[in-house]
Amino acid sequence: MSLILDHIDKSFESVQALKQVNFEVKEGELFGLIGPDGAGKSTLFRIMASLLIPDSGRCSMLGYDVDKEYRQVRQIIGYMPGRFSLYMDLSVEENLAFYARVFGTTIQENYDLIKDIYEQIAPFKKRLAGRLSGGMKQKLALSCALIHRPRILILDEPTTGVDAVSRREFWDMLKKIQREGITTVVSTPYMDEAELCDRVALIQKGSLLAVADPSALAEGGEKLLYSLRSGKGVYAYLDQIRQLEGCRYAWLFGDELHVTLRSAADDAGVKKVLDSWQDDSLKWESIVPSIEDRFMGLLQEESDADSEMEEGE
Amino acid sequence: MTGTLEHIIEVRDMVKKFGSFVANDRLTFHVEKGEIFGFLGANGAGKTTAMRILCGLSYPSSGEIMVAGHNVYHEREKIKRKIGYMSQKFSLYDDLTVSENIRLYAGIYGLGRKEINTREAQLLERLGLTHIKNRLIREIPLGWKQKLAFSVAIFHKPAIVFLDEPTGGVDPITRRQFWEMIHDATLEGITVFVTTHYMDEAEYCDRVSIMVEGRIEALDTPAGLKQSYESRNMNEVFLKLART
Amino acid sequence: MSRFFGFVKKEFQHIFRDVRTLVILFGLPIVMIILFGYVVTTEIRDVEVGIWDRSMDQASIQATQKIFSSGYFVPAGYLDREEQIGELFRSGRAKVVVVFETDFEKNLKRENRASIRLITDASDANSAQLAQNYLQGVLMNYFQSLNPDINAPWSVQVKSRMFYNEELKGVYMFVPGLMALILMLISALMTSVTITREKEFGTMELLLASPLKPREIILGKVTPYVFLSFVNALTIILLGFLVFKVPVVGSLWLLMLECMLYITLALSLGVLISTSAKTQQVAMFMSMLGLMLPTILLSGFIFPIDNMPLILQWFSSIMPARWFIVIVKNIMLKGTGFVYIWKETLILLGMTLFFILAAVKRFNVRLK
Repeated sequence: MSLILDHIDKSFESVQALKQVNFEVKEGELFGLIGPDGAGKSTLFRIMASLLIPDSGRCSMLGYDVDKEYRQVRQIIGYMPGRFSLYMDLSVEENLAFYARVFGTTIQENYDLIKDIYEQIAPFKKRLAGRLSGGMKQKLALSCALIHRPRILILDEPTTGVDAVSRREFWDMLKKIQREGITTVVSTPYMDEAELCDRVALIQKGSLLAVADPSALAEGGEKLLYSLRSGKGVYAYLDQIRQLEGCRYAWLFGDELHVTLRSAADDAGVKKVLDSWQDDSLKWESIVPSIEDRFMGLLQEESDADSEMEEGE
Repeated sequence: MTGTLEHIIEVRDMVKKFGSFVANDRLTFHVEKGEIFGFLGANGAGKTTAMRILCGLSYPSSGEIMVAGHNVYHEREKIKRKIGYMSQKFSLYDDLTVSENIRLYAGIYGLGRKEINTREAQLLERLGLTHIKNRLIREIPLGWKQKLAFSVAIFHKPAIVFLDEPTGGVDPITRRQFWEMIHDATLEGITVFVTTHYMDEAEYCDRVSIMVEGRIEALDTPAGLKQSYESRNMNEVFLKLART
Repeated sequence: MSRFFGFVKKEFQHIFRDVRTLVILFGLPIVMIILFGYVVTTEIRDVEVGIWDRSMDQASIQATQKIFSSGYFVPAGYLDREEQIGELFRSGRAKVVVVFETDFEKNLKRENRASIRLITDASDANSAQLAQNYLQGVLMNYFQSLNPDINAPWSVQVKSRMFYNEELKGVYMFVPGLMALILMLISALMTSVTITREKEFGTMELLLASPLKPREIILGKVTPYVFLSFVNALTIILLGFLVFKVPVVGSLWLLMLECMLYITLALSLGVLISTSAKTQQVAMFMSMLGLMLPTILLSGFIFPIDNMPLILQWFSSIMPARWFIVIVKNIMLKGTGFVYIWKETLILLGMTLFFILAAVKRFNVRLK
């Protein structure tokens, strides 16, 4: 195991940021931590980077304990914090050279590792980092995190606020890095990126909802998810669908509505109602849930459980 | 040129230069009253620059621009009274309570005390935040904060509300609830001008423009765009257009 | 070593790319010294002095003449009764009254001592003190010139002030004080701000997550400022010499060494501040309020320590600037050697060690 998180708890004053977080990452894996802002992702990443000590539980990187053996941990990890953390008043080249020096290496020594990434920003190497666009900043930050050829790369929300094109390019790079044998843990609030990971952990309010590979995650649960499309746009149908007896949840999902039924038996009843709406362009079909669907399902189950508990009190 | 009622934003040949750099290159488009207008583009494509001009925060280099029937060159104050603005980066004051934030913004737009009282109560009721109205903003979850920020931005019933990446980092359910709020706002006649990096959200817009390197490269309904670019979803459309 | 060198290089790049930093670093000392030198001097001019000469002999008359020919004082009237002193003060016509005792010259010749009373309107305590000091100086000069063997009957404080600043120039007082102030301000303020800037911009997070040790980070951040503060110290001395003709009587080398010690002290204070400040703003605030004001008010730079209430005097003895000013005055103005300032040097050294230890101890290897 490259990375072991063993029942981690972490609180800040009265707020419990992490509750019993427990998972392992295999050598060479591309592991995704998926969850919204405030779920505890950054806290977890700082623990992995030896910057915070868990209140209880243990975290080890390649066998080194992040608390007691933080010096060794800091040699083998490459860390990219959630906020762009390079020197805005230094140029692209100067930033890279500085981080190389900090890790006691040179740009040349590991150039082959960052070559593909760095060549994209090399035309701007004299430009100050503060004047780069969002996508280029991410590439530079990734180059800096890789310059000492770390064995574990931990990237905290590298694609937040980055446009869809740059995000796609960034994930292509992560795949390449993975081929170099570097274990990578990456967090993101974008559910669609989860599908690009070998395995993912879903996190919300400091607790893990699930840890699995994306396809297994999609297959889990009963097949109760349906999609509704219409040539006239689906928003108008949202309230009506929610009123239906058999409908448990219904949400906008791109140009579709994703509807979770209460039981498989409700399908026929819903179809009948849909027919009565006399919209020939309506299309109702059973679908395989995406990570986002799963995540929403888990969130709702949790909030349902919460409200049941409140009612019980 | 006068802004017609149907075109709440009318932009013709808008150019904005910073030195020799052209951030907005002859933008021409309009936004219809009551629609949700998606304003997409890669980082650095010039979205923010254009949005700042439309909000009356900076002057264009040239072009004819009317917002809510007012000229952006010399009626900026009038424009500001008729618009609402919310962004992910700055929305509410962290060290004020929920209630104080609402009252602060209402006060800025000159609403009377009585009106503020009743509408504040309505708003809190609708958002289900009444029980935490005396909590500091920094203590409430991001999802609630963003919903509240949006409500505050339309509290004074503006003609247009500008939303700059309003749902960044928000969980998928809250994100959808947020969009339902946006739809509700249009039912009250508010026009919505929104930027986002979530491509599924582009589908929720009535019309979408996509900026590439300072120009508007495409503008149509989501369905129209998917057809023209032979794509299954907006993400593919965006990648085809913005990938150079 | 290359790691450290890389760090220092980066630090210099920050400094030379930021106009504001450069202005503070090099502009501020020059502006301050010229401001203080020309505008805010402690020199006095045309102070009204009343004379009550109870002996009217040759010596007292000559002394009176000396007072008014010094250029600092103008006559406010000649008295012949005690009650007139109060009247003079109340009407605001005089700040000081000089009283010569009866048989002034006779006493001077016979017993080698004679007494002059200086009565000052102390409602403005500071200028009163100043006028008094100047008066004493003028009188001292005069009696010394009469007979160099006479041991002056005045207080010790007068001696030190008058003997070494015979032209009674305010700048002489200000150069050592300004040096203490500027070096403290620049060194502590700049280091605390530059370290908190890394925290604020999130770059500290990366530095901490790297194999750099805390002392490497601190040293790397501080080293450039050691050089720059030293340049500042030289600039001040040079400006003092060229513009205000303040000489360095003693050893320049010793002065430089003491400056280095004081700079190190200020830098470690800056690091200490940065360990508890989260943002540049807080760091700046702490440096300004916590260091600059006490240094100005309590170090004896502007307000004489002897005039302070006892509790403030205690406070002043924990002001590093207080000891540094004594050292600089000794070397620059009196030309004394290390023998006379070893005590102050030792105090500064102790303080430096304390601050360094505290700073290193408080500097966290993790985030809080």
